[in-house]
Amino acid sequence: MTHRDDHDHDNHLDPMDARVRALETTLCEKGLIDPAAIDVIVDTYQNRIGPQNGARVVAKAWHDPAFADWLKRDATAAIASLGFTGRQGEHMKAVFNRPQTHNLVVCTLCSCYPWSVLGLPPVWYKSPPYRSRAVIDPRGVLSEFGVSLNEDVRIRVWDSTAELRYLVVPMRPAGTEDYSEEALAALVTRDSMIGTGLVDIGT
Amino acid sequence: MNGPHDLGGHMGFGPVAPQANEPLFHAHWEERALGVTLCSGALGLWTIDESRHARESLHPADYYSSSYYEIWIKALEALLARHGCVSPAELIAGQAKSAGSGDRPILKPQNVAAVLAKGAPCDRPDQGPARYGVGQRVRIRNVHPAGHTRIPGYAKGHVGVIEEIAGTFVFPDDNAHGKGENPQWLYRVVLEGRALWGDEADPLLTVSIDAWEGYLEPA
Repeated sequence: MTHRDDHDHDNHLDPMDARVRALETTLCEKGLIDPAAIDVIVDTYQNRIGPQNGARVVAKAWHDPAFADWLKRDATAAIASLGFTGRQGEHMKAVFNRPQTHNLVVCTLCSCYPWSVLGLPPVWYKSPPYRSRAVIDPRGVLSEFGVSLNEDVRIRVWDSTAELRYLVVPMRPAGTEDYSEEALAALVTRDSMIGTGLVDIGT
Repeated sequence: MNGPHDLGGHMGFGPVAPQANEPLFHAHWEERALGVTLCSGALGLWTIDESRHARESLHPADYYSSSYYEIWIKALEALLARHGCVSPAELIAGQAKSAGSGDRPILKPQNVAAVLAKGAPCDRPDQGPARYGVGQRVRIRNVHPAGHTRIPGYAKGHVGVIEEIAGTFVFPDDNAHGKGENPQWLYRVVLEGRALWGDEADPLLTVSIDAWEGYLEPA
């Protein structure tokens, strides 16, 4: 069962727990880090910076054509106007799904990911199966996420090989014409902003 | 370097297996690993390019058998030792054997929000005219530097089309090795799936990479 295997693979609890604890202790004793800063960093990514940020960007783009146009032209500035800036989002580009073009984001070389709008990447995004196959077999990868595109849909894979960070703007589902921006944001999943998911009513 | 990190197109790693409702951290030590890595980076002793190179320089067997936070920690230990922050004896003992120099400002909790919100932009003023234009066909150079580079192996030697000139950015191949930022033009190059993977590939697939000018040659 692959899920369990992967789970075990990422949980070498005892040796890594001791190793990181020793490293943190040593750096504290030498005055090189402040453990209270670590607490704030962890809290930030648990509670303040995550895919809820990106969902707000997408919902606003769906709701406000002028914002969508700005997002297309200068994603860094448009996203900053909502208060989302900084680490691993310094240089943003938004890529818009179309009926005939689906966008998928990967970093084959490491784990580059738009932290300012999506937070920390999931394990699968950083792991060899996704990084190796997204560029050669994206339809196969998508099928493992339960996503099946029509055969005539073009797939564009964006390999994040430099410091540009990509946010996929998924297509707005039909039947949401009367939704508020807030209700739209609640539909937008993390995976839909990477390209490994689609947005549906009721997902 | 043609290291274990350069994964595009490789086979045999199995299915992606996304975990439903995956927790942000899978163990407490991962939280501390994230924080220790970011706090250590905030000392300003190395660049993001040097840290990436430290990760990809792990032995391939070690790289592939490590989770991503394990890779981070192993690379961080190497960076800290290289820059004289901790000695090998201290890493083994898990305690300080000598006092730190105390000559560097460290990341304090009250500054975390501002530091994260600022980030570390790596665009730079243009150094001169761009050599290539939008729509131009270019070849990704077939080079195999021993040091850090951001040319993915699968793209080397192939021809694509420039879609956008993204600006001028710090050149990682130099910056990773303390040779200066030496900023260069950065281009988005779009390659056809069939150019990369052969006639059997999906005819509706295109892949883009972001390539510094030095990675390209006229096609």
